[in-house]
Amino acid sequence: MMLEQDTGLSLAIAQIVQRLKGSSLHSQLERQARGSLHKPEIKLESLKEDIKDFLKTSGWEKRLQNAVYSELNVFPSPCHPAAPPEHMKEPLVYMRKAQGSWEKRILKSLNSMCTELSIPLARKRPIGEQKELFNKWNEMGTDEPDLSLFRPVYAPKDFLEVLMNLRNPNYENGDQPSFRNHLGLIQVPLKVKDIPELKDYFSELGLNTGQLGIDDSTQVPPELFENEHVRVGQTVLTEQDSAAAQQYVRQGCPTALRAELWALILNISNQPEDILYYEQLKSNVIQHDLLVDSLIYKDVKLTASNDDYYFVFEDYLYQVLLCFSRDTSVLEHFSYNSATPPKSYIRGKLGMEEYAVFYPPNGVIPFHGFSMYVAPLCFLYHEPSKLYQIFREMYVRFFFRLHSISSHPSGIVSLCLLFETLLQTHLPQLFYHLREIGAQPLRISFKWMVRAFSGYLATDQLLLLWDRILGYNSLEILAVLAAAVFAFRAVNLMEVTSLAAAEAVLADLSTLKVMPLLQIFLFATVT
Amino acid sequence: MEPPAPNPGHGAGRPMATRPAPCTVRSPVALQVGDVKTDLARPGVAVIDVALPPAQPLDLQEIVFKNSYTAFLTVRVQRRHPCDVGRASARKWVTCLWNHCLMPSPHTEAGSQDYFSLFRHQLLCDVDQVTAVRLILRQPSPVWLHFTLEELRLYPRGQQSLQTDFPSWLSHLAPQQQPENLHGGVPDPEKVSTEVQQLWVLTEMIRANQTAARIGRFDVDGCYDINLLSYT
Repeated sequence: MMLEQDTGLSLAIAQIVQRLKGSSLHSQLERQARGSLHKPEIKLESLKEDIKDFLKTSGWEKRLQNAVYSELNVFPSPCHPAAPPEHMKEPLVYMRKAQGSWEKRILKSLNSMCTELSIPLARKRPIGEQKELFNKWNEMGTDEPDLSLFRPVYAPKDFLEVLMNLRNPNYENGDQPSFRNHLGLIQVPLKVKDIPELKDYFSELGLNTGQLGIDDSTQVPPELFENEHVRVGQTVLTEQDSAAAQQYVRQGCPTALRAELWALILNISNQPEDILYYEQLKSNVIQHDLLVDSLIYKDVKLTASNDDYYFVFEDYLYQVLLCFSRDTSVLEHFSYNSATPPKSYIRGKLGMEEYAVFYPPNGVIPFHGFSMYVAPLCFLYHEPSKLYQIFREMYVRFFFRLHSISSHPSGIVSLCLLFETLLQTHLPQLFYHLREIGAQPLRISFKWMVRAFSGYLATDQLLLLWDRILGYNSLEILAVLAAAVFAFRAVNLMEVTSLAAAEAVLADLSTLKVMPLLQIFLFATVT
Repeated sequence: MEPPAPNPGHGAGRPMATRPAPCTVRSPVALQVGDVKTDLARPGVAVIDVALPPAQPLDLQEIVFKNSYTAFLTVRVQRRHPCDVGRASARKWVTCLWNHCLMPSPHTEAGSQDYFSLFRHQLLCDVDQVTAVRLILRQPSPVWLHFTLEELRLYPRGQQSLQTDFPSWLSHLAPQQQPENLHGGVPDPEKVSTEVQQLWVLTEMIRANQTAARIGRFDVDGCYDINLLSYT
């Protein structure tokens, strides 16, 4: 999308201004500026400059900076004016079509579940039931509803089948093996980084830079790196600078500072209006019962409740995910997500646009394993409204890319191709061997990447990994880690003779140390 | 109830306020040595000729198009010179854009279906009084079945394709100003009043704009009793 540089910049500025208008930050800034007029240092002759100085010294300019930085990170750069809105969601037509077909399958599945079980998609709760739920809000996990008839709408392996069949109609997809066909499962020609580019991109993970996850181990004296790193982290928090925090966490977050640093990067401040908003969502949950609620219950029971690390947070998970489904502000992210929220009409008003609604209200249908996106965050945040906001922001920045079809470099299709390309280029013997025995590596690593490794790594290691996702504002590290895991277990994998045996070798990742694996794979492997 | 539209000032999807110049865009012609039908090798070069109405030479401002798997673009124009009037001799073709890269990595998708704008100041030569435009497309990678440009439009000078809908004060963003030195007495009242006026205009604009506040309602008048999900 080529735009003249100045026009592109003006357009970006205009877009950000438009989005920040009407935000609570905007009204707070206005209020502050008006209030400052009483101050003696504000003079009429230099009104504009004086107010600007006041906003700078009182810290409001920094808050505005953080908000602008957040917008730049989340929203893509403005499209060419001739480009239709679909282009910002996903520029490639065949990918949009594939996403549309996939969504149709999901809707059909949900509709048939609805008709088979004779359960409405949405139902207003009777007053008695509302009271009961209100009283039980903090212990919804004790409920044991009969979920045997519900099944998840889809599982990651169903999604993998769709991605494997993705084809560009303008690409030479011959049957004969040639340089045009990829040897892995993904057959679309997206641009992915190679190791020299990854070394450059992840330069802060290099051998000469201190890392938490490596240089804070017990054998290393803390004076060498850890103490100074913690001190810098505290300074970043005092300065309340989002951009500095994002740069800082590339080397890992000290455990004590992680919650605040992540909140700073995601620009979450938990203002009174945010708490009120969460309470409003809670009352929406109490008033209406949705079919997706049962899917959420089932998912939590099947995944997080069975996990040694996360079962204690079961109640939190309901409190977050049920509210998430009712949150219409999540709809905003569909402008840059290739997915489209499902639509329905009020009963009896089919086809009438004034009675069209989205279902669920946030447009996101959970799949098997969805609750694992929330579970690790429970270690950091204990106040439900803050936990909720952090999860929502993580979802609209990162997690949505893991289950929608797009050409974005952090989208799951690119991650799969990056993984396969890295493995094929740097472990060709292993790749060939696994392919020959019918154990395509992506079949094993796909579930790790779709869940961002949640539930597969030990929690402290997972949080170190997610530090880097936030620090680099990219999910590519998931693909690099997946390849690094295969490299680490290469010797054992070369000896297996079936897919099941390969799965067994890679079944347990809970003892792995993430940062050394990444460092060795990127910086210390002889090519 | 649509998902929130992309913000105004972006102009995406809206009809252009200005009209592109009328022209005839011919389909791309592949340049190939040998027989087009029997030769197995794929041509990597194609040419699109754009003819403008004969009596109306164009002062070109902008060329807008949607890419479809073209990697490199060269643009040549034919111009009318005042001394050509009355003469039927062949006019010269001049290259105004040479090997412009649309796809940085021709074997992969990046840039393959993006929208592009070429402005007159980016071109190598003067593009006034243009009578014909020739676009030479190159795609060196053999993996693509077809390559071309779509939605090609030429905009004459004096009109711009961009819907610059953002407030005018943005284009007058003042550079960093040093605070006034007031030791020299009372400031100029004219200056003060213009500055206060500007500030007032700013405040009025902000107040006039409706806040994009999130309403948060997902139901219609308290009712969320819905049919099955729609497939359209």
